[in-house]
Amino acid sequence: MNPHMVLRVVSKLLIPIIIVFGLYVHFHGDYSPGGGFQAGVLVAVGVMLYALIYGVEEARRAVPPWTVRAGAALGVLVFAGVGVASWILGGNYLEYEVLHPDTAYKAGQHLGIILVEIGVLLTVFSVILAIFYAFAGRAPDIPDEEW
Amino acid sequence: MVELIAERFAYGVIIILMMTGLYAVVASANLVKRMVGLGLFQTSVFLLYITISKVLGGAPPILEYPFPATPDETVYSNPLPHVLILTAIVVGVATLAVGLALVVRIREAYGTIEDGAINEADYALDTERAGR
Amino acid sequence: MIEAFLALFPAAVLAQAPAIMVAAPMLGAALATVLPGGRPAWVVALFCSLITAVFAFVLLFQTWGGEVISYAMGGWAPPLGIEFRIDGLNAPVLLLLGVLSLLGVIFALPSVADEIAPRKQSLFYATFLVCLTGLIGVTSTGDAFNMFVFLEISSIATYILVAMGAEQDRRALTASFNYLVLGTIGATFFVIGVGFLYMATGTLNMHDMALRLVELDDNRVVQVAFAFVIVGLGLKAAMFPLHVWLPNAYSFAPSFVTAFLASTATKVAFYTLIRFIFDVFSVEAPFVSAAFVWVIAALGVIGMIAASVQANFQTDARRLLAFSSVGQLGYMLLGLGIGTAAGVTAGVLHLLNHALMKGALFMALGVFAIRYGVRSINDLRGLGRTMPATASAFSVAGLSLVGIPMTVGFVSKWYLVSAALDRGWWWAVAAIAVSSLLALGYVGRLLASIWLQSPPERALMAAKDRIPVMMLAPMWVLAIANVWFFFDATPIVELARGAAEAALAGAPR
Repeated sequence: MNPHMVLRVVSKLLIPIIIVFGLYVHFHGDYSPGGGFQAGVLVAVGVMLYALIYGVEEARRAVPPWTVRAGAALGVLVFAGVGVASWILGGNYLEYEVLHPDTAYKAGQHLGIILVEIGVLLTVFSVILAIFYAFAGRAPDIPDEEW
Repeated sequence: MVELIAERFAYGVIIILMMTGLYAVVASANLVKRMVGLGLFQTSVFLLYITISKVLGGAPPILEYPFPATPDETVYSNPLPHVLILTAIVVGVATLAVGLALVVRIREAYGTIEDGAINEADYALDTERAGR
Repeated sequence: MIEAFLALFPAAVLAQAPAIMVAAPMLGAALATVLPGGRPAWVVALFCSLITAVFAFVLLFQTWGGEVISYAMGGWAPPLGIEFRIDGLNAPVLLLLGVLSLLGVIFALPSVADEIAPRKQSLFYATFLVCLTGLIGVTSTGDAFNMFVFLEISSIATYILVAMGAEQDRRALTASFNYLVLGTIGATFFVIGVGFLYMATGTLNMHDMALRLVELDDNRVVQVAFAFVIVGLGLKAAMFPLHVWLPNAYSFAPSFVTAFLASTATKVAFYTLIRFIFDVFSVEAPFVSAAFVWVIAALGVIGMIAASVQANFQTDARRLLAFSSVGQLGYMLLGLGIGTAAGVTAGVLHLLNHALMKGALFMALGVFAIRYGVRSINDLRGLGRTMPATASAFSVAGLSLVGIPMTVGFVSKWYLVSAALDRGWWWAVAAIAVSSLLALGYVGRLLASIWLQSPPERALMAAKDRIPVMMLAPMWVLAIANVWFFFDATPIVELARGAAEAALAGAPR
């Protein structure tokens, strides 16, 4: 029997909740405390917990390092792309008002913030995970007897 | 006198933290400890900003729909320093990550993270080159 | 000619120029991260720095004659929103950044291919673009806290770029680590100062801050903020006693990084010093005017002598030039410390000129390094015979560093001396003379080694047969610029004069 059975079972239950909670924090970002940065860290923590229990190699199979690098770049591109979109729609850089015609409820602001935060989520998730991989990948694995 | 200290209590804590951090940066030979000191030093500045944002008796600065047409009389705490510090925390995390990554690389290159040993290794290298 | 150039762009693009300057390298950095190899990433970097250079000219022409461009980031009107504010003071610095990053990137391709492992090259260029984004942001922003964020973006990228030299010499790692510790302390000091200013004025917009600081001359919080800001930015700019990070960082970084940093990064930090001392704080305030003489001018004079003496004792060529950079910064500080329009003109003039000299010198050292792998002064001997052309370019820039007539270094020293004489500062003139003699000493050592000594045996075995023309062209452009702007000094002097006017105009008071 696997010596870490309790950890494995509990983490299997916890990881989806952590990730869903991260997304919850994310989609509240436009009108209450929350947002892409916190959410990105939370989602990355889900993957890190997986890596702690099942090993970094398993985590690397689940979320390969190249996706992390691409995700970081894609997030910045999404962020900067919203700015470019607001240029095309005739506003200043990152001027969210022009993204949506409805001004009564500031729909443009909400839309812009959500879009930008998606970029932030992607980048923060990827970068935090990249930092984790960079450090965890160098340390020797702890043998089972030393737990 | 007591009142004066009580009023400035937060600043006292901040100054103690700041000096502890700065001392750790200057005095410790271990590179990781230096990064810890640097982190402490930065954190004290975050606290400084958070302290100045508090308005006595102020409400949390969150408005709900429908927004009041005229400015109400409520006193709100200042949200801006929090936002600034969120950014500064990100900067601090990035600095810490780069610093620790450098420590890892230094450890791989020199086999030690003690300042003195690193200097000795470099000095030995220099004298060897000069003797060549 | 200015109208014809500006007419090339649609009005909508011209209105967005400040944002394009920052957004282009940021997008480029993200793109370069995912590109497979060094060469595609280099093309992206080249394209981005080309855009930067073009729009730097656009902004310069738009602000020519004292116009001020205020760009509301995100459509939020200043002083509440973040403002990008381009005036006569930062437009020349932006131009310097644009042109030197373009020349640097052209120089980079062969140099980076030689010094950086292939799989790291695309990330290397991405980091360079992040650094460029940060530097442009620092220069163009009008918001004090935003300036801190951009300063850290560029600094963190710089630490990584310096550490990339570890493939040649592991001491790059410790150099980068020390730079990181000191740079972070500097940035934190700066942010403490900004916090105090925010406490006292309730605003972060630098222009707005300047208007409110006029009435706060004897406020102690403001005075403490001044001290923190000067120390913090002085660390970033390598002001004399705070320069200890610089020599190692310059001597162990990859050649391209050293050439780029020496000609841009400390210059941008120096610009922030000017911005704060002259524009944000009121020059008439007693604590500021006292600092001119007793801090800025005094440290400038001590720095230009002490660092030049130290430069004379170095054995590594790049380290020697790094100490010389600290010394040359003393001239710029002295110009600021004089405090008159002529003094600031001389300071900014030397800032621009020094970028030209050090860019050419470090590029020439990069060329020597790629050909023979040489670094120490002893190894330079005989290069005048084996590589006469590059050695000539090196010599021209070196003589410019000393301030020999016919070079641009003479122009800035001339302006500096006349500004000092206007205020009757004979001691400053004497210090300039001593420091120039010391500069003659260390440049003379380099040149004597290059031209007078015979090449060692192994110099005949070149590491590479041909030097890529892409490395030579930018070096020659800068070396020729060193001579050209002596004979046609008007454009560069006008830039400096415009900057001084913008700095001293400050807030209407």
